[in-house]
Amino acid sequence: MTLFFQQLINGLSLGSVYALIALGYTMVYGILRFINFAHSDVFMVGAFAGFYFSRFFTRCSIVGGVTVTVLAMATCAILGMTIERLAYRPLRKRKSSNLAVLITAIGVSLFLENAGQLVFGADYKAFPALFPTRDFSTAGGLHASSNQLLVFVVTAVFLIGLQLIVLKTKIGTAMRAVSFNHQAASLVGINNDRIISFTFGLGSALAAAGGILYAMLYPSIDPYMGILPGLKAFVAAVLGGIGNIPGAALGGLLLGLIETFVKGSRYSTYTDAIAFAVLILILIFRPAGLLGKFQVEKV
Amino acid sequence: MIKKSVLGNQVSNRCWPVAVGLAIAVILAGCNKSSESSGGAGADVSIKVGEFASLTGKEASFGQMSHHGTELAIDELNVRGGALGRKFSLHTEDDQSKQGESKTIARKLISRDGVVAILGEVASGRSLEAAPVCQESKIPQITPSSTNPKVTAIGDYIFRICFTDPLQGKVLARFAQRTLQVKKVAVLSDAASTYSVGLATYFKDAFKAAGGEIVDEQKYSGGDKDFKAQLTTIKSSKPEAIFIPGYYQDVGLIALQARELGVTAPLFGGDGWEAQELVSIGGTAVEGTYFSTHFSPDENTPLVQDFVKKFKARYGVIPDTMAALGYDSAMLLADAIKRAGTTGGPSVRDALAATRDFPGISGRITIDEHRDAKKPLVILQVKDGKFKLVEHINAE
Amino acid sequence: MRRLQTMLARWPKLLFVFSMLGVAALWLCSSRINGYYLDVLTKIGINVILAVSLNLINGYTGQFSLGHAGFMAVGAYTAAAITMFVGPQVLPNAGSGGFQLAVGAFFCLALIGGGLAAALTGWLVGMPSLRLKGDYLAIVTLGFGEIIRVIFRNVDSLGGALGLNGIPPYTNIFWVFGSVVICTYVVVAMVHSTYGRGFLAVRDDEVAAEAMGLNTTRYKIVAFVVGAFFAGLAGGLYGHYALSIDPKGFDFMRSIEIVVMVILGGMGNTAGVIAAAVLLTLLPEWLRGFAQYRMVFYSLLLVVLMLTRPQGLFLWKQKKKPVLRA
Repeated sequence: MTLFFQQLINGLSLGSVYALIALGYTMVYGILRFINFAHSDVFMVGAFAGFYFSRFFTRCSIVGGVTVTVLAMATCAILGMTIERLAYRPLRKRKSSNLAVLITAIGVSLFLENAGQLVFGADYKAFPALFPTRDFSTAGGLHASSNQLLVFVVTAVFLIGLQLIVLKTKIGTAMRAVSFNHQAASLVGINNDRIISFTFGLGSALAAAGGILYAMLYPSIDPYMGILPGLKAFVAAVLGGIGNIPGAALGGLLLGLIETFVKGSRYSTYTDAIAFAVLILILIFRPAGLLGKFQVEKV
Repeated sequence: MIKKSVLGNQVSNRCWPVAVGLAIAVILAGCNKSSESSGGAGADVSIKVGEFASLTGKEASFGQMSHHGTELAIDELNVRGGALGRKFSLHTEDDQSKQGESKTIARKLISRDGVVAILGEVASGRSLEAAPVCQESKIPQITPSSTNPKVTAIGDYIFRICFTDPLQGKVLARFAQRTLQVKKVAVLSDAASTYSVGLATYFKDAFKAAGGEIVDEQKYSGGDKDFKAQLTTIKSSKPEAIFIPGYYQDVGLIALQARELGVTAPLFGGDGWEAQELVSIGGTAVEGTYFSTHFSPDENTPLVQDFVKKFKARYGVIPDTMAALGYDSAMLLADAIKRAGTTGGPSVRDALAATRDFPGISGRITIDEHRDAKKPLVILQVKDGKFKLVEHINAE
Repeated sequence: MRRLQTMLARWPKLLFVFSMLGVAALWLCSSRINGYYLDVLTKIGINVILAVSLNLINGYTGQFSLGHAGFMAVGAYTAAAITMFVGPQVLPNAGSGGFQLAVGAFFCLALIGGGLAAALTGWLVGMPSLRLKGDYLAIVTLGFGEIIRVIFRNVDSLGGALGLNGIPPYTNIFWVFGSVVICTYVVVAMVHSTYGRGFLAVRDDEVAAEAMGLNTTRYKIVAFVVGAFFAGLAGGLYGHYALSIDPKGFDFMRSIEIVVMVILGGMGNTAGVIAAAVLLTLLPEWLRGFAQYRMVFYSLLLVVLMLTRPQGLFLWKQKKKPVLRA
């Protein structure tokens, strides 16, 4: 029984990271109906930003940790908005086919990974301890590290914050309007370009936070670290219903749990394949995801 | 009008494959070169030695160190006058730590550059790619640190100057028994790496044969970040020690997470552990852990200390196993060429096969009938963030 | 010359025979060509087959598949398994007279076997993916590619993580370029036939095609199956050329490299795709010194192409509406 609960803890903390990344995917898809492949690499840049910024602040301190995280989030927000401006907006303006935008996204993703390899070096770097850590253990033999708890809490906070923004603020309403109908939104006076920029910035900031939290849990970073978590976060977003924010969180947690239990079993070497198998099953049997609504394609 | 455009499509679509094919044929006819099998280019003055390593990419640190060692050796040899009255020239190619490049690189080094021998690679997978080419062209290949037994089995032109994984597994089993004095061991191996899977198997067989018990075995995939699931399962089987035959980047994280989960059993592993990143990633979690490797810069012999000093002066870091083995591979090649009296492939091959007690930095090298080196293993322990020599264990 | 061109265009079968003769001639001279150049030629041929077959799926039928390397892997492992495990029992001894011929015939069968296995995989991948569009299809095919790779990594009898070694070196210029000619012919002939208009219809507007009574499902499956068959064939050729195959070599990056060739050449433009495949095989060889910049270059190329010239680099005659509109 202890084994089960320990795996539960492990699964939830892993799932929280997937949820955080999935939020970014789902937001962009909700507004633009397109999968931002480069999201996973913004996640990686966030982790590296945290790595380099941490040199200027004290380690193992709450103030230092928060500052570094905020700085990394700001950096990635700018990065995300820049990518949108340079690569995606021209295509949107020209009403390019979906395929062209997809290919561009893949190109940007590959560029970030490989340029990262040139700039940062391909080797694994040790991510420093940003926050003071403590290990907790219960009487029953369960262990959790403070980082695991932190990840869970931060994800919950961001999730609630995001829901508040989207549902209660003016800009959130504008975001929802743009996601329903671009043309109608601009007709009522919404500046689509600004909203879209904002969405990318927000999503990228979340990715950066995810990157730092991930690097705190697994303190070994390299330029390709984003690929697999990114893909799995995408699966999580689809699992929960893409375009649906609580769905992304739910999907992330579920996927983290499934993965953890598979890893602890005899079939641990198939873990990566499991995520894709889940994706394929969901797309065949319930394409809208767990919390999503099925959209009819109009001609 | 319509007919013309239809034809136009077909012309542009169909003519091209032929046109391209003919163009290639013409180019080839112009560049007709006879294939060169042995590197003995008479007009050239230097002895060309080929080398391929992972200078960039995921295993760049291994490749770079190995290359530095080889480079240092070649330069030293040239200062001493080279061999057979000629100097050496080193032709290095980067395989970017990727699959599929090594074969073309080997072919290029042999056919285009005309090397007399090839040094490489660190990773068994990439050595295996290049070996058939070297074997077929009768060019000797010396791998400095590929430990998978299949490498030298490709043919009689392929040599290695390090121990093999079956040996490493046996020696580690002996270490666990005699030095760590444990009877129950759990194994956590990297299913994505044959090195890890192989080493795990050899260790398990030897440990069980000596009366030990493998209480649990879990697997992960190289590059994974989260091992808590596997470690939790291992913890519940209450092992006295955990054997982790993986690579340093994963082991660092594994050690951290094991300690976080409250696992206090000693951890030990093989030569894939050896890199500074093990300590920078693992921190205090890897203190006191053990691993086997080929070389320790702590060896208090004039030969080793001299090498360490020279390497540090030139490259600014203390040499590790890869550097030492890279150095030895070049030195051994030069020695074999001198003994053979010529650079022709078959003669050098014979001289290499006859190597007895060559005084290498990484130990005295004797090449056995499988073209593997018989050498003792070195056990290192992590103390205060550095690798300290614990003991030598002989291969038997 | 124009008369010759017209004649060849009118009778494609003549062109086919002509090409095969060219291949035979090339093969006969192959022993006089430097080993390194032969290697490069082989790689070019294999990449051309991969690009042309992917072009059928991506370019002509508009199904964005990112898992082509998975089909290549299936073909490589199957063909190698046949030659390595079945071969020794079926082939005569090395010294005997008909040996070369027997090896050749057997290799041909092994290649076809690899292609069929890959085709079956293509069918399995195509089936669930049919109802998906654009982005989703891309991710799912990527997922399938990864699943295939992970499966092979776990099958120990095929070498597991180290891969399969000791594959007999049966690939030579004849097989490679013969396959190039056959693959190109089949793909081009298929697409330019009456039946083949269906592929283009599916690509241009699937709903309209469905409304006109075309069985879009069937076309998509056929595209996947045929494309996968040739990818498997290329895989088999690759396996018997590299002599050692490894699951890591058939990963997402490999699929992307093929996709770049198709995009650079212009989706739906066979000639352009072939030219792009040749160029993108030669470039890494010429620029070996800059190898670490290769992927950066490819990725920038993708982005820049999409922004400036999405119809590809090699499309001169703008006959139809290009797939990727600027």
